[in-house]
Amino acid sequence: MSEELLNLTLHVWRQDGPNDAGRFETHQANGISTHMSFLEMLDVVNEDLIERDKSPIAFDHDCREGICGSCGMVVNGVAHGPQKLTTVCQLHMRQFDDGHEVWLEPWRASGFPVVKDLVVDRSALDRIIQAGGYISIRTGSASEANEMPIAKAIADQAMDAAECIGCGACVAACPNASASLFTAAKISHLSLLPQGQAERQDRARTMVAQMDAEGFGGCTNHGECEAACPKGVSLQWIARMNRELVRSMVRSDSGTKSGRR
Amino acid sequence: MQRALTLHQTTIGKKVVMALSGLIIVGFVIGHFLGNLNLYRGQEALDDYAHLLQSLTPVLWGTRLLLLFAFGAHIVSAFSLWSRNMKARGSRYKKHQDMATDYAARTMYWSGPILLLFVVYHLLHFTILPEHPGEVYRNVVEGFQNPWIAGVYITGNIALGFHLFHGIFSAAQTLGANHPRYNAYRRDAAIAISAAITLGNLSFPISVLAGFVTL
Repeated sequence: MSEELLNLTLHVWRQDGPNDAGRFETHQANGISTHMSFLEMLDVVNEDLIERDKSPIAFDHDCREGICGSCGMVVNGVAHGPQKLTTVCQLHMRQFDDGHEVWLEPWRASGFPVVKDLVVDRSALDRIIQAGGYISIRTGSASEANEMPIAKAIADQAMDAAECIGCGACVAACPNASASLFTAAKISHLSLLPQGQAERQDRARTMVAQMDAEGFGGCTNHGECEAACPKGVSLQWIARMNRELVRSMVRSDSGTKSGRR
Repeated sequence: MQRALTLHQTTIGKKVVMALSGLIIVGFVIGHFLGNLNLYRGQEALDDYAHLLQSLTPVLWGTRLLLLFAFGAHIVSAFSLWSRNMKARGSRYKKHQDMATDYAARTMYWSGPILLLFVVYHLLHFTILPEHPGEVYRNVVEGFQNPWIAGVYITGNIALGFHLFHGIFSAAQTLGANHPRYNAYRRDAAIAISAAITLGNLSFPISVLAGFVTL
């Protein structure tokens, strides 16, 4: 694919903190190679801003390989931008045409207060995990790989759910800013595997309760989350989460806190 | 006690209430439509059917109470979820592009209140304040001969169609009926049920307006 140079007009959301009203600023991104990633394009714009003694555009990023879940912004009204199954760090500028206007906004959700510009505080997702997205076992050295056989079909399903990288695009894309897809993927992943059975009922109850406590909306089955998800996490996990929660109301885990709750 | 309370307090529990109460109403709507087909069998058939229903007092009032309960639960849960969902976004996007949602899903908050108004009108029109008490066929035909009244019924049933389509599909998802092998049928079933009921119900005012059904 041959390289071209693009000149783009960026309309970037600038916000100094969670209580600042925020506004759009317009910046030019000139001479952008189509081989650059979207974040590299922002690096170029930021270099220019820094040289002109202006505050650079803040955005989250870490691995830039599409696997860590740190990056994320709404590009022209779509979480992670126009390319399907791709995080914004793996979105490349060849997806854009010369002269285009590009609107950049942070994930907008009450559960994700803006830290600065395009950076939002996603610790609500961490608290959902802390509420039950783990298994309590003695760790020690790694057990023998074939000690606990898991059917291939089940292992594949659990892996599909475990693909979630916790980027929050589902919340950003949902008309209700619901964290259902995230929570559902985590609950499903563990409920499918034998290691997750011990705390299965408690997990469904506590993670759903935390999801609601964080102020996220409810699911209304639009499917926007699934379409925006860079990892293709499926709506089927939300159906499974619903089943898990209802099941947890009529069953309890043996030997865990749920009996006393 | 704590447990039952917890389910209803969660967003998912409220959605389960929406789904179950919705399915009760869908069941009624199907039965209501099938019974109304007596319109095409003539005045005597429809009036006899109506009198039969009136004579089954325990069934009639049992159904009415169940429906009242289902409507109440459906509306209370919908309002609770709606007010929560309104707050969850915070600030609105300047640019927003829909990727997967459809017209029926996006307009649930409109089709719902429209349906509530329609049901109230429908009850006043035929059940509570009928023009000629006991003469169901005459009330229906004379009512639908008025294009304004027919228009209200046509609008109400179009809203019903969209609401049913997303509602039936959603109820299956909410109640956990999701499996890659059956998901295509789930959507097809929602389309088939909502289309059959909507087109069937629309046929009543249209038949009267077109002069196929007369006094």
